[in-house]
Amino acid sequence: MVEETIPRRDFLKGAMIGTAALAAGNPAPAAAQAPPSAAPAGADAEPLLTLTATEHAFIVAAVDTLIPTDELSPSGSDCGVATFIDRQLAGAYGMGARLYRQGPFPKAKPELGYQLALNPREFFRAGIEEANAWTRKTYGKDFDRLSEQDREAALKTMEDDKAQFQGFSSRMFFDALLQITMEGFFADPIYGGNRDMAGWKMVGYPGLPATYREDIVKYFGKKYDKPPRSIADFS
Amino acid sequence: MAIMLKEVDAVCIGVGFTGSILARELTKAGLKVVGLERGANRTTREDFALPSVRDDLKYAVRQELFQDTQLETVSLRHTPAETALPIRRLGSFLPGVGVGGAGTHWNGVTWRLLPSDHNLRTHLTNRYGKNAIPAEMTIEDFPVSYDELEPYYDRFEKLLGVSGKAGNLRGQKIDGGNVFEGPRQNEYPNKPLAMSMAGAIMEKAARELGYHPFRAPAANMSAAYTNPEGVTLGACEYCGHCERFGCEANAKSSPQSCILPVLLADDRFELRTHAYVKELVYDRPGKKVKAVRYVDTRSGEEYEQPAGLVVLSAYVFNNNLLMMQAGIGEQYDPVTGRGALGRNYCYQVSGGNVTVFFEDKIINPFMAAGASFGMNIDDFNGDNFDHSGLGFFGGAWISAGTSNGRPIQTRPVPPGTPRWGREWKKATAKWYNHAFNIGASCCNYAHRENYLDLDPTYRDALGRPLVRMTYNFHDNDYKVSEYMGGVLGRIARAMNPSAMSAPTARRGNYNVVPYQSTHNTGGTITGANPKTSVVNRYLQAWEADNLFVMGASVFPQNASYNPTGVVGALAYYAAEAITTRYIRRPGPLVRA
Ligand SMILES: Cc1cc2nc3c(=O)[nH]c(=O)nc-3n(C[C@H](O)[C@H](O)[C@H](O)COP(=O)(O)OP(=O)(O)OC[C@H]3O[C@@H](n4cnc5c(N)ncnc54)[C@H](O)[C@@H]3O)c2cc1C
Repeated sequence: MVEETIPRRDFLKGAMIGTAALAAGNPAPAAAQAPPSAAPAGADAEPLLTLTATEHAFIVAAVDTLIPTDELSPSGSDCGVATFIDRQLAGAYGMGARLYRQGPFPKAKPELGYQLALNPREFFRAGIEEANAWTRKTYGKDFDRLSEQDREAALKTMEDDKAQFQGFSSRMFFDALLQITMEGFFADPIYGGNRDMAGWKMVGYPGLPATYREDIVKYFGKKYDKPPRSIADFS
Repeated sequence: MAIMLKEVDAVCIGVGFTGSILARELTKAGLKVVGLERGANRTTREDFALPSVRDDLKYAVRQELFQDTQLETVSLRHTPAETALPIRRLGSFLPGVGVGGAGTHWNGVTWRLLPSDHNLRTHLTNRYGKNAIPAEMTIEDFPVSYDELEPYYDRFEKLLGVSGKAGNLRGQKIDGGNVFEGPRQNEYPNKPLAMSMAGAIMEKAARELGYHPFRAPAANMSAAYTNPEGVTLGACEYCGHCERFGCEANAKSSPQSCILPVLLADDRFELRTHAYVKELVYDRPGKKVKAVRYVDTRSGEEYEQPAGLVVLSAYVFNNNLLMMQAGIGEQYDPVTGRGALGRNYCYQVSGGNVTVFFEDKIINPFMAAGASFGMNIDDFNGDNFDHSGLGFFGGAWISAGTSNGRPIQTRPVPPGTPRWGREWKKATAKWYNHAFNIGASCCNYAHRENYLDLDPTYRDALGRPLVRMTYNFHDNDYKVSEYMGGVLGRIARAMNPSAMSAPTARRGNYNVVPYQSTHNTGGTITGANPKTSVVNRYLQAWEADNLFVMGASVFPQNASYNPTGVVGALAYYAAEAITTRYIRRPGPLVRA
């Protein structure tokens, strides 16, 4: 991983303050005056395909709160989960593959499933904006600038559907965020997440090749101790 | 204007399991058959190869092999008074597309119905009285009895090479098999799959409770198998990538692994892929489908293919859609009860669920065949138990075990565990290899208000209206599910687990988001009465003599079992009637 001394977002924000200051009457964004991002410098420094710097800072902070570092695994972003999300949202899934998108789009009960006109990329854009707007109102800062404790509390509030979002509910956004985070932690590493198979190692999932015709008898009731392998190991 | 093609003897619309079986039987009888498949070709060698076939994200989560809802979906409302909205992303069920259809990515549990599922209405009336069945429960008898269908169940099981153990061989009950099944003439073609730890735990608990545990019949090969078509299937690797995936080892029965090799080698068969059938050309006075119109999705060109015989093998939704658009039969109306087309749409009430956790036992959930969930009981299925005073009819097949350990979707944690953060990580790491599910797949008996018709607003990529589903669970469904929750709790406690979740029952509206099953049934149901059914006992349309409809859309209601064993048996039953009777003397095989 590349060592970065200035977090990407602060680097860009710094550049932006210059322009903002020139624009008369335009106050500098609140976040620009805040203390440095809680996201660790250098975490997940892969080039971005679609996320903006602000969105990326949010995602890094979110996946590191959902999957914090401990003895079981590195943090979500150190496992590549933010990279995974960026690539998924930039690709076919983000652009609305396998999503019927003809209108009308009336408000619907949740049992009818996703009924918005937004594709996943647009949905995450809107969701991150709402989440940051809500934490600014509640804590005075963007989500990624919050202490770990406050980030946990903020996500819990969204999960419980108690954060006020415009448009869709905070729980709907939280559920989508949690889902794509878990995908990034547990999908084959070829997609950029689950780096070093950290997610698989955490639970003891052996990955590939998964040919157990003899092992299913041999390991009946016994721990399967072979190290995991990924699609890349066979390609 | 459509380009007119030369007439052929027969066309099959859709080349999944039923389309390939019919095409095979018709070509063997000497007919020239064209298979029209809207999707692309799919082969084991190209499409299901290692290592990519083990890509959980691509296949299980991003739904690589399923029908693309950008082109076509269905709409849903819970009651006739509501406005239906399209199912924008597949969730609850996952229709197939491409050669092989859903048969490439199914799990392989291959059941026969219970004899009392066949003559359901008669059976319940005889046992519980004339007024026992509520008026809104519009269940019917299958016009074909268990005994009549037995040889065809047998034939389909032999095509597939089903692994299992008989529980009723010519009337003799055999411990370890399903003692509730109807009498079988023959043992399963393949021995049962290897036993899992979860299965062993279930077996012990079920026996202690006085139930009758047995292995689910599985279209996953316990050993290499050569079927009567001369096609050889490989042995199952227990890879835990069955449902939603193709099989690299040809060890899961599919059209590719069982029948397409011989069908595609036959000059009398012509496969046309990217052939999206748009409509049936119906000659109402002549009671015939003269031709089918399809779009070649590679060019946009439209073709009209005349055919002597038309087999509709396009799964429940397109079977209904194509018949509704052509007006072959009268649309069902839930208010008057008139019309049969679209009537008795049913699903599966994937009822209860309990997760059990064992500190001291290693489960290895990732070593699994699709259909070897472990162990089953049928003690609470169909009418295998007395329903007097229960307030509902029907039951569930209950199973315990694992079909995979792919961690994007399978990571059980005890109740009360948060969904993320440090506590979640600890619990997930601790329990992943120490837990499994006990589940109940409940029947779904027809209800007056559950039906299919055409959506007035939303359209598919061909410009056709979407099929509109008016569907919800009703009283009987909630009660079956509640009852089964109680049974699951009893079984779970008998296992003496370190922890268990509270047994869940089905509550609230039908929800299209979580996967439940791809067991959609009805709408073009089979019956003895043309007023209440769409096809006769040979699956021949009452209103079009040369149209035969395959698949679960002909079920009058859905038993608790997965449908494909019945679908395959009925396909062989119909094929025999066509090849021995219909082609010699075209016309109605049953007098209305
Ligand atoms: C994930 C999953 C797991 C399953 N597990 C089980 C199980 O364990 N046990 C069980 O019994 N069943 C199971 N099923 C159900 C089983 O797959 C189906 O019952 C079976 O495949 C149905 O066969 P069919 O021939 O009727 O339809 P399909 O296999 O769906 O074939 C229909 C074909 O018609 C084509 N088609 C549709 N419309 C058109 C059109 N307009 N023009 C041209 N072609 C068209 C489709 O593309 C498709 O290829 C499962 C299904 C899924 C999706």
